[in-house]
Amino acid sequence: MSNVDLARLQFAMTSIYHFLFVPLTIGLSFLTALLQTSWHRKGHPEDLRLTKFFGTLLVINIAVGVVTGLVQEFQFGMNWSAYSRFVGDVFGAPLAMEGLAAFFLESVFLGLWIFGWNRLSKRVHLATIWAVAVGSALSAAFIMAANSWMQRPVGYELDPTTGRAQLNDIGAVLTNTVFLWAYVHVLLASLVTASMVMLGVSAWHLRRRTSPEVFGRSARLALIVLVPSALLSLAVGSHLGVVETTYQPMKIAAAEANWNTCGPCSFSLFQIGGGKNDQTPKQIIEVPHLLSLLATGTWNGSVQGLNELQAEYEQKYGPGEYVPNVFIQYWSMRVMAYGGSLVVLFSLIGAVLLWRGRLGRTRWFLRLAVWLAPLPFILNISGWMLTENGRQPWIVQGLQLTKDGVSPSVGTATIVTSIIVFFVLYGILAIVCTILMTHYARKQLAPEPPPGAEPAREPEFIY
Amino acid sequence: MTTFWFIVIAVLWAGFMVLEGFDFGVGALHGVVGRDDAGRREVIHTIGPVWDGNEVWLITAGAAMFAAFPGWYATAFSGLYLALILALVGLILRGVAIEYRHKRDSARWRRRWSVVLTASSLVLPLMFGVALADFGYGLPIDASQEFVGSFWDLLPFYSVVTGIAFLATTLLHGAIFLGTKVDGAPHMRAARVARVLVPLVILLVITMIVWTYLAVGGGILPSIVALATIAAVLAAGWLVVRRRWGWAFVATAVTLAGMVLSIFTGMYPNVMVSSLDAANNLTIHNVSSAPYSLGVLTVVLAVLFPVVLLYQGWAYRVFRRRAGTGQSVTRP
Repeated sequence: MSNVDLARLQFAMTSIYHFLFVPLTIGLSFLTALLQTSWHRKGHPEDLRLTKFFGTLLVINIAVGVVTGLVQEFQFGMNWSAYSRFVGDVFGAPLAMEGLAAFFLESVFLGLWIFGWNRLSKRVHLATIWAVAVGSALSAAFIMAANSWMQRPVGYELDPTTGRAQLNDIGAVLTNTVFLWAYVHVLLASLVTASMVMLGVSAWHLRRRTSPEVFGRSARLALIVLVPSALLSLAVGSHLGVVETTYQPMKIAAAEANWNTCGPCSFSLFQIGGGKNDQTPKQIIEVPHLLSLLATGTWNGSVQGLNELQAEYEQKYGPGEYVPNVFIQYWSMRVMAYGGSLVVLFSLIGAVLLWRGRLGRTRWFLRLAVWLAPLPFILNISGWMLTENGRQPWIVQGLQLTKDGVSPSVGTATIVTSIIVFFVLYGILAIVCTILMTHYARKQLAPEPPPGAEPAREPEFIY
Repeated sequence: MTTFWFIVIAVLWAGFMVLEGFDFGVGALHGVVGRDDAGRREVIHTIGPVWDGNEVWLITAGAAMFAAFPGWYATAFSGLYLALILALVGLILRGVAIEYRHKRDSARWRRRWSVVLTASSLVLPLMFGVALADFGYGLPIDASQEFVGSFWDLLPFYSVVTGIAFLATTLLHGAIFLGTKVDGAPHMRAARVARVLVPLVILLVITMIVWTYLAVGGGILPSIVALATIAAVLAAGWLVVRRRWGWAFVATAVTLAGMVLSIFTGMYPNVMVSSLDAANNLTIHNVSSAPYSLGVLTVVLAVLFPVVLLYQGWAYRVFRRRAGTGQSVTRP
């Protein structure tokens, strides 16, 4: 393996790991804020117990999300110093804004929320959890703006003497079409993730009849959030595909394993084989016209094939291999799309059961809800595999190749050391975090305080 | 404009050392000051609500380096690679230790996280002190601004002494912070630790400041910073003996800020010195972003930074009450 491959492996490993925690943090902070708001407005004591219960899960999850985020912030310079030099003028700005606008907000107010239960007035305390939710969503906004610039660079010029990218229009960077659609998609996916987890945990308790009246409420809230988020996430994601076809046709052509330009194009539901040396894999099922519809939004739209794009890129950028790994693209796309559809179907069944008032008694659905809770995490990772693998061989689409972005001064042994260190450390963290999460997710709710008693001095989950 | 951003980054690093400095110190001393589990919980509780916000100063300093001086960020972070891996491991473990230590009712679980918290809180100020010292003292950097040395080149004697000076000062800073926050036996132990540390810290800080002045750079501003820092550390010693904890805390805060600023004012306009050839030095001119980008950053900073200071200051006000007399640790 070359240094580039190793550096990519490390980035992929640490980023995928980090992004297991991020969507749950974003989504769960909103759901917890909604629970606390409901308690604040209507005064049901069940809502307060739920706020504290799911707040504990949020805090456990956020701890790993925050500390693994440090690695993200540092490793551009560590492994990708040539890239950092080349794009820092543009790419650094959203990162600095993220620190100032989002991280401070999230961290300071999380501390206030956890420790502020009886130091702040109820109204101010409620505001702190909303600040955490807004902070986490803002942080995603800036990092998505930075990432989208790598997918579709805008608002920059190349300095004639140094050859480096320089920002000349911050507005363009922050209104990049790719950014807007990808960001909404990430937010919706976060809500899907958190509501599936909330639903799964609630279902676990409902099956065991531990405080069914309380967990019935959280299951209801989870479903109310899940149904629209799952539907919209699918729709927005599908539109993001159309947007990306315009700017990164290679990515979408590879996701469809579409080697030769077609029109109208069929959508391949399942294939065996495929890849660089197997351009005519065995198609198991195809749906006519569907690819044209998905990629271009028209019935007979033409979609460029990988071979044509490769020829075009060689003309434009010189000889080289411009086709990303088709196998990864094809399957990450399908895992995401099929899994996403499954979530939509599942949420609609849940909505019907809720409507008929049978949610708490339909045991097969509750069992399914527990088992499906990990699914959104797989979908989130597939989405990132699709979008980042599809950008290859570019680190910044059309501007810099990944192999040119790596740190020249960092040796193979050094990168291998860091991969091993992070692998071991992240493995241990995963075990510890899972132990704590399952422990607290299965825990009984804190007992309801008798009426008229002094409210609990500190919530269960602080020191 | 580049000078302005040099100052911003210096202030962010100084803020990081002052704020995270005391929670490093508290983390390192929590086992000594809080003898039993209740005591340790009380001690950690003093930093629980604020440590995460303190750490954002570091993240923002790193991001500001990336945005305003991409070449500095690129050379420093790839050059200090192995040291940063160690720092990241420390930061990750420390964050998790603080958040997870109390989440299981098991003595063994807590003891293990306590060991992690102590070790990481000792290693981190040392590492960041060494890194800052390396910027000013010089590392083998070639003409294409790439670091060409090995891990051991990161540890010249000056940098090691500076790292130890930062470590000792954060310990004192933490002990004094506990002096203002806890009562009873833990307070007595924190006071004893502070008194023991005072002579050592005074010696180390004066050595570091004088050496910085000689090795990194002198001049009018650096000499003012140096004198102020020495005055602050002497004042801190006197105030500790007089048990004026509040003012002693201010004095160690000024000391830590002064130590950071002595390096920054000394090396200006360099941001990383090359030990191979002065022509290879990274300066605020040859690694900076273009004026448009710096302008955007300045507007963002001008709007957001005062707001950040306001709500972080408010958070400190909310949690200003002494832990022992408050209601914070009397959980069954």
